[in-house]
Amino acid sequence: MTTQPTAGEYAISLTAATKAFPTRDGGSYTAIRDVDLTVHRGEFVTVVGPTGCGKSTTLALVSGLHAATDGDVVVNGSPVTGIPDGLGYMFQQDAVLPWRTVLDNIAAGPRYRGVAKNEARDHARDWVEKVGLGGFEDYHPHQLSGGMRKRVALAQTLINEPSILLMDEPFGALDVQTREHMQDLLLDLWSGTGAAVVFVTHDLTEAIALADTVVVMTAGPATVKDSVPVTLERPRKVEEIRLTTEFLELYRSVWDSLRVEVELTRARGARRAA
Amino acid sequence: MTLPTAPLDAPGVVVAAPSVEPVVVRRRLRIRWKVAASRLLLVVLWLGSWQLVASHWIDPFIYSRPTDIADQLVTWFTDGTSQGSIWLQIRVTLQEAVAGFLIGSLLGIVFGVLLGRSRFLADVCAPFIKGANAIPRIVLASLFVIWFGFGMSSKIATAVVLVFFAVFFNAFQGAREVDKTLVDNARILGASRRQILTTIVLPSATTWILASLHTAFGFALIGAIVGEFTGADKGIGLLIAHSQGTFNSAGIYAGMIISTVLALGAEVILTRVESRLLSWRPNASSAGAGI
Repeated sequence: MTTQPTAGEYAISLTAATKAFPTRDGGSYTAIRDVDLTVHRGEFVTVVGPTGCGKSTTLALVSGLHAATDGDVVVNGSPVTGIPDGLGYMFQQDAVLPWRTVLDNIAAGPRYRGVAKNEARDHARDWVEKVGLGGFEDYHPHQLSGGMRKRVALAQTLINEPSILLMDEPFGALDVQTREHMQDLLLDLWSGTGAAVVFVTHDLTEAIALADTVVVMTAGPATVKDSVPVTLERPRKVEEIRLTTEFLELYRSVWDSLRVEVELTRARGARRAA
Repeated sequence: MTLPTAPLDAPGVVVAAPSVEPVVVRRRLRIRWKVAASRLLLVVLWLGSWQLVASHWIDPFIYSRPTDIADQLVTWFTDGTSQGSIWLQIRVTLQEAVAGFLIGSLLGIVFGVLLGRSRFLADVCAPFIKGANAIPRIVLASLFVIWFGFGMSSKIATAVVLVFFAVFFNAFQGAREVDKTLVDNARILGASRRQILTTIVLPSATTWILASLHTAFGFALIGAIVGEFTGADKGIGLLIAHSQGTFNSAGIYAGMIISTVLALGAEVILTRVESRLLSWRPNASSAGAGI
């Protein structure tokens, strides 16, 4: 039972997208250049690339938090000017509000959109259970472990039922076991929602285990080098899927594409440090 | 697919502090008594030496001594002061300080947050604020007496001016330093600019603002008392000024003691409020193990 990304209009479409940042000395630094990327509705795309190549910048362009210097960024058929409707974003750092309880953090999205406090809280309670934090509703973030804070962030994002989900190395800071648990949780909560996902990560195993398509980016200024379709069946269990031969084949082909870029970035870094 | 009922990554169950050996408990108590006794000894030595020196070697008329100060306090609290009941003076000064504190803090917070969030406004107002901050503000007390008269308003105004800058700079810094990730996240969750201000900026700046409120109350009290020096018909500051005028050093000390008690009382209240408002911070002192 494989999921076919639905044909038709793309959920996300970047065409020749370029982003340059002004540098302190008056020059400019091009983070990404001529990026062409399309994501269908309901498709799970992971983006891999060497460190600092501009993966997060790509996400920022889709989210509307930054504007592209050149090229087109289209989400759900409309060009991006500001934050598109139906967007969810999970940050790498903790974006959970430290002064609010777990429940009030998860209820934040609905409350911002005008839902009454009690109704928002009830809705949040459902999500507390869904991410497995039952009993921790009144805890503050500092009382939770890193993995638990990530679940709060996940619930906080998903409660708005986004049709586009952007994730910037969300599980990078977690230990391996917690990370795998979160990956399973994410797949479980995502399946059936039909949301398009763009998931940025350094971890190839994570990238292949989660995705329908793995996009490989070059060293900075980044552009799309390769797009590897992942034909593994769903539903998947992350811990088990990576032991199959299919998985290893995919890993090999993605790494073949990525290796050169990683080595290039490393050499550049060494040159700069020298 | 079933999820486990309890998170695998839950922190270990928080146990009550492990039972401590009675020997250790006794040792801790002993040390605590030692500290208290040493403190008491210091106070006795200090007051005792003062009393002794002032009774035999230096002039108690000028430098006063503990017994005289105690007498003055007793007189004030039993027979009243030259200006009327001591409680009236305390009430007036306290009202002036509290009013100045509240108004000054509110203004400081509002302007601090406003300028903290608007780069343009901050740039425009920066030189004016720096200039105003450089004025020895206590001098304004004289101006305020002319503007507002001898009543409470001039003292409140003096307190406001002192409090405002203390709170303003902290609120400004706190509003500027709000974590960008939190703001971005709120924007994506659907927050409007006003909602970002009230749900992200203000709570985020609260730590900074609360930190300044401790010193701010001290300033408010100074403003009230010095305002009373400059011209008043009631208040602790007036009592002190009057004592100065009659060369009553005991009276000055007594006034100092009363003001100190007021300041300490406010400090206790503020600390309690602060710990309630900041209960979400990681270094909550609930884990009270240790001396």
